[in-house]
Amino acid sequence: MSSTDNVEPHEHKHDHKSGGCYPLEYISDYVDGELADELCRELEAHMEHCENCRVVVNTMTKTIMLYHQLPAPEMPDAVKERLYKVLNLADLHPKENGAE
Amino acid sequence: MSNLDDQALVERLQAGDQFAYAELVEQHAGQVYRLALRMMGNEADAEDVLQETFLSAFKAIDRFEGRSSLSTWLYRIANNAALMRLRRNEPDQVSIDEPVERDDGDVMPRQFFDFCCLPEDDLMRDEARAEMQRAVDELTPTLRSVFIMRDIEGLSTQETAEALDLSVSAVKSRLMRARLKLREQLSAYFAQGPVIPEARASS
Repeated sequence: MSSTDNVEPHEHKHDHKSGGCYPLEYISDYVDGELADELCRELEAHMEHCENCRVVVNTMTKTIMLYHQLPAPEMPDAVKERLYKVLNLADLHPKENGAE
Repeated sequence: MSNLDDQALVERLQAGDQFAYAELVEQHAGQVYRLALRMMGNEADAEDVLQETFLSAFKAIDRFEGRSSLSTWLYRIANNAALMRLRRNEPDQVSIDEPVERDDGDVMPRQFFDFCCLPEDDLMRDEARAEMQRAVDELTPTLRSVFIMRDIEGLSTQETAEALDLSVSAVKSRLMRARLKLREQLSAYFAQGPVIPEARASS
């Protein structure tokens, strides 16, 4: 928060309860494509003249996309082998059965 | 995997078929490990959570009624195991029965740097990814699990709600807060300008 002291909070005249520019839960739903049509049109119209909301929508979408693109961590073979052992399934470990 | 496939496997599991147990592990250990690693942030704890999850699942399989998929059911067991372990590690930080509207701090947007316009190379570099990981680690565990399931693992809102024993609206509310916090942190990070190795090397 201290690093943002020089930035004005996202205040806006829009009459919604969040105290911010546009209700934040709508923005999250919008990004998921789950916002009701009417609210969707309202938000899109709002974004045409509200740079801040547009940036929040864009960067939230991008944030999700970046996380989605993270390479999935692979489970190391040794971890899997120990798991089979702990579960008393060592005989059924694919490696024991000569599977590729 | 369809619920029909699940049903056949569950019947074999409940009959004590060892091959079915191995099949369950083969099919789902990867997803459990990914969740555990992202929740715990280190491999040793993730491995413990992985083992605890399958030990618990094997014990509880007789009580599995098929109200959710096996995958969702395992996510739930794994998440509970992760929260228990986090609570053991940091008793003051984690409660497994936090109220839905726990105070996660202010989520009002303050950063308005549009980092979407940055080159993909800057967004994907190792340092940026390390920052992304740090940002997730800093979420409260309850926000973290929602974000991991919904936005990283790609579960639906409904599946996430089932896995976490939450209402759909509670999932949406937590997801929104998690996304705003991460967006805020990444915006601040990218606004500083990335550390470009080439520039460093030539200076």
